[in-house]
Amino acid sequence: MVFVGLDVGVPAGGALVLTGPNGSGKSSLLRLLALLLLPAAGEIRWGPLRVADDPAEYRRRLHYAGHLDAIKPSLAVEETLALWAATRDATQPHVEAALAAFGLDGLRDLPCRWLSAGQRRRLALARLLAAPAPLWLLDEPTASLDADGEARLMAALAAHRAEGGRVVIATHQRLALPDAAALSLEPFAAGAAAAPSDPVAGF
Amino acid sequence: MRAYAGLFRRELLLAVRQGGEIGLVLGFFVLAVVLFPLGVGPEAEVLRRIGAGIVWVAALLAAVLSLDRLFAADYADGTLDLLALSAMPLEGVAAAKCAAHWATTGLPLTLISPCLAALVDLEAQATVLLALGLLIGTPALSLLGAIVAALTLGARRPGILSSLLVLPLYLPVLIFGAGAVEAGIAGTGARPHLLLLGAVTVAALPLAPVAAAAALRQALD
Repeated sequence: MVFVGLDVGVPAGGALVLTGPNGSGKSSLLRLLALLLLPAAGEIRWGPLRVADDPAEYRRRLHYAGHLDAIKPSLAVEETLALWAATRDATQPHVEAALAAFGLDGLRDLPCRWLSAGQRRRLALARLLAAPAPLWLLDEPTASLDADGEARLMAALAAHRAEGGRVVIATHQRLALPDAAALSLEPFAAGAAAAPSDPVAGF
Repeated sequence: MRAYAGLFRRELLLAVRQGGEIGLVLGFFVLAVVLFPLGVGPEAEVLRRIGAGIVWVAALLAAVLSLDRLFAADYADGTLDLLALSAMPLEGVAAAKCAAHWATTGLPLTLISPCLAALVDLEAQATVLLALGLLIGTPALSLLGAIVAALTLGARRPGILSSLLVLPLYLPVLIFGAGAVEAGIAGTGARPHLLLLGAVTVAALPLAPVAAAAALRQALD
């Protein structure tokens, strides 16, 4: 058990910033929300619906950007995005817009093995825009991004939220996210005194 | 369907681009067959008798060699996380990956098998049976291999472990595949062998992706 007694929701257009020391379960919570981990107890809801009843539908609504960039050295930048958008069954891929939004225009035909760590991060984040989804789950999205990259991410986040998108971010940095709710996972650590209810998350 | 086509295309692109992996598997296949005449002597009589078995064993080993390509890299670099969130169920992901794996290993192995059959002095009829058997049987090699490749994700020495686990599963394919050629040479009818070989593939077709997907879920959790 990593945490217990957690009950948190994200409204449309809302942002939730997860904080807490290393090992407090930020990544685990994000993986739970992405259904990559199964909760020992509790449930995740989308509106009134239990996610467990129709996980495929819920997966279609979310993007997960973890620590790993999931980038193949031998594929070109644009191919990486286009092929990924195809596996999401995106009817209208927004690859061009995604490349432009993260400043990858000039690198589109470059094999990913030549990318720097920051450029790889930009490419991983560009996936968020290449196939639209209403819920973004971001794990330390600003790691190895430069100031320009961070500004581009913030712009993408603002546009996403303006359209009613929701976002959950785990981060150690202070990000300029207006009206973001903050959640420190420290009080919910398993073993700490916590409310004895089941953990629940809702959107 | 777009999602499956996209994943299949991606797998093919990776196989073609990443350091000629198809070439490595084919090269291993050819070398393994070539070693046998050097080991057992060049008598055509002997080679003709054991030739089909040699080619089949080499095909099995070549297939084992290529198994780590199925999931290991995607598991290590986080692609598997994203695939689990794609529009496809994991069963579909496993099936599409098996299809691409077969297209880049089983199919080329089948296509060059007539050359190797000539090397071990098989007659025309036996050569046709060998190629036909490989065409029917190699999809089962990819499918059964996918189960083991998924099971061994995260293991410390996945290469050795997966060959230990997968070779016993390959036995029916080897027995019926080599049996078909032998029966054809002996004139007792290769048809039952080929049908049984087909049965293995047809049974693996729906079952293996389900088993592989279950193993992938374990690996992700």
